This record gives sequence, C-alpha cells and structure tokens, in this order.
Amino acid sequence: MHELGIAASILESVQSEALRHPGGRITKVGVKIGELCGVDRDALQFGFEVLVKDTEWEPVVLDLEYIPRVQRCSKCAHQFRMTDFDPQCPQCGEFLTDCIGGEELDIAYMEVDE
Amino acid sequence: MNRIEVEKKVLNENQILAEQLRERYRQLGVLCINLISAPGSGKTALLERTLERMDKGSRVAVLTGDLQTENDAKRLAKFGFPVKQITTGGTCHLDAKMIGKHLEDWKLEDLDLLIVENVGNLVCPSSYDLGEDAKIVLLSTSEGEDKPLKYPSIFLKSELMLLTKIDLLPYVPFNADVARENARRVHPQMEIIDVSSTTGEGLDRWMEWLRARQERAKAKLQTATVPH
Repeated sequence: MHELGIAASILESVQSEALRHPGGRITKVGVKIGELCGVDRDALQFGFEVLVKDTEWEPVVLDLEYIPRVQRCSKCAHQFRMTDFDPQCPQCGEFLTDCIGGEELDIAYMEVDE
Repeated sequence: MNRIEVEKKVLNENQILAEQLRERYRQLGVLCINLISAPGSGKTALLERTLERMDKGSRVAVLTGDLQTENDAKRLAKFGFPVKQITTGGTCHLDAKMIGKHLEDWKLEDLDLLIVENVGNLVCPSSYDLGEDAKIVLLSTSEGEDKPLKYPSIFLKSELMLLTKIDLLPYVPFNADVARENARRVHPQMEIIDVSSTTGEGLDRWMEWLRARQERAKAKLQTATVPH
C-alpha cells in the first residue's frame, strides 16, 4: 500500500540522474526488489506508470528484477536459496544461517539515450 | 544508448535522514526504539504500562503515529512525560522526515529514551528506517500464529518480538509455541518476550530489556567521548 510513494522515490532518482545528462533522455530504470522488502511488484509498476503518464517522463520504463532470499551458512559458508522459511543449511545441516539477499529495494541502473 | 550503473537505495533520501537521526542519538546516548504491529495488537496499552512503571524523573519521550486523531497522545500524556502525536493524514507508515520534524522543538540532549509508536501496519513501516536503534514487533494472541510467515519482512528486521495479550491464551485458539516457532523460522536470533498489559505478566522482563539497551547506548557514548 506504500508502492506509490516508492514509485515517487524512483522517479525522483530518475529526475536527478537526468540533470547530469543534459540533452539526453532516460529511457529505462532498473530496480531490484527483494523477496523480503515488502513491496508488491505489480502495484509498484502500476504506480510508476500512473506517475509518469502524460508527463515528460512517460517514455521511462521501469524494469523490476526480483531477488529471492539467500542465506549463508555460519558454519560452512554455503549459500542457498531459502524456501518455505527453512533456515537450515542443506549442505551441513547447521541452523544458524544469515540472510545475505532478499532485502533489496535498490536502483540498479538507468539507460540514457544521449 | 548508455547504461549507467546506479546501485543506490530507492529510499535513499529517507535513509540519509535516518542515518543523521541515528548519529544524533548516538552522540547524545539516546536510545530510540520503533514499535511496530498490526492495528490493535496493543502498542498503546503497552506504552501506558511502560510509562507508568518509569521513575518520575525518567528522561523519556514518545512520538506516536496514527492516520487521524490525537487519541493516543492523550492516553499517553497522562503519565507526565513529553508525548507528541504524528498524524500522517492517511499515510500508512512514519518516515524519517516526519520524525525529524516532530523532534524540532524537543531538546534531544534532555532525553535518554525516545519511543516511536509507528502506525498500526505490519507491511509499510518495515521499509522505512527511522534511525532507531531497534525495531520491536508486537504480535498479539488474538491474531494468527502464522503472521510471522505472512509478513516476514518486519519480523526479520525486528530485534525483539513482544507476544502481547498473553493473558488471553486460555480463551483464544492461539498456539503460542507455533507462533514463536514461526517467528524463529523467519528470524532465528530474534528475542521473544511474552507480555500482558492487563495482568502485568512479563512487563518486568520488558522493562529490564529496555534498561539494558539504554545502558548499552550510554556505554557507547562513554567509549566515544573518552579523551585519547
């Protein structure tokens, strides 16, 4: 339910990046959405489209990349994709594993037509 | 076409403000906690019991967030500590800017503990860093045991879970063991304290947790100010 605010923050980033490319035009912004970040991708995509519609930013496409939750084993350092909230290391059986991916809500890249 | 790698947080502006707040708290040895739960899990009731148990001279203040009304601030002001309502007017969470704005006419150096009561919502508040030292999530026995699995983000980011309304256990079909197990599946290292704001059960442990964290905030301050 806060996706529109998130979309507005993404658009602000696009606008400030655009200032650094006078004469250029931003065509795409890539955003990483972690499994755990609490943001719904469809609602975010919709919110962004609504925000840019009929504005000079309309050509900007939002490219969302989903990042699954990844854990690292504190014992054997094995990295694995966590499914069904089972934190146990599939390699050595250790239960103490740390979340190292899946919390992202990051702008990854932008594409500019210079 | 030119591709630029950006690699910055979407909520970068909020993050910058949150880090500024965190640094101010750190420099002054203020402990800031952010209470988050679904509506009706007992955040305000817990705060009433918490403030009631504080010594009169305690340097504590509360910022309480809601979409509308000053009701919570009125409930909490009775205890004599500074309380301010943040009315978001519809926004489903607090952000760092709102906190900074509402702190403007308070002197942070006069505080040891700043309690932020977030808007009742398990989803959006988890995305917004308020500069707090710890997020604390409340889950009540009148909700479902599977909430930690349904809303993993906030349970993962919280250091402590308060299992509230524990006095209702005999009357509700809530399995506390399953709830704790679900919480630990999402966040194995999270501390859990069972509390009841009605009977007072578990409140001593909660107050002790708060005291220990306040001491830690002060200890950090002393280490930071020891002359070399």
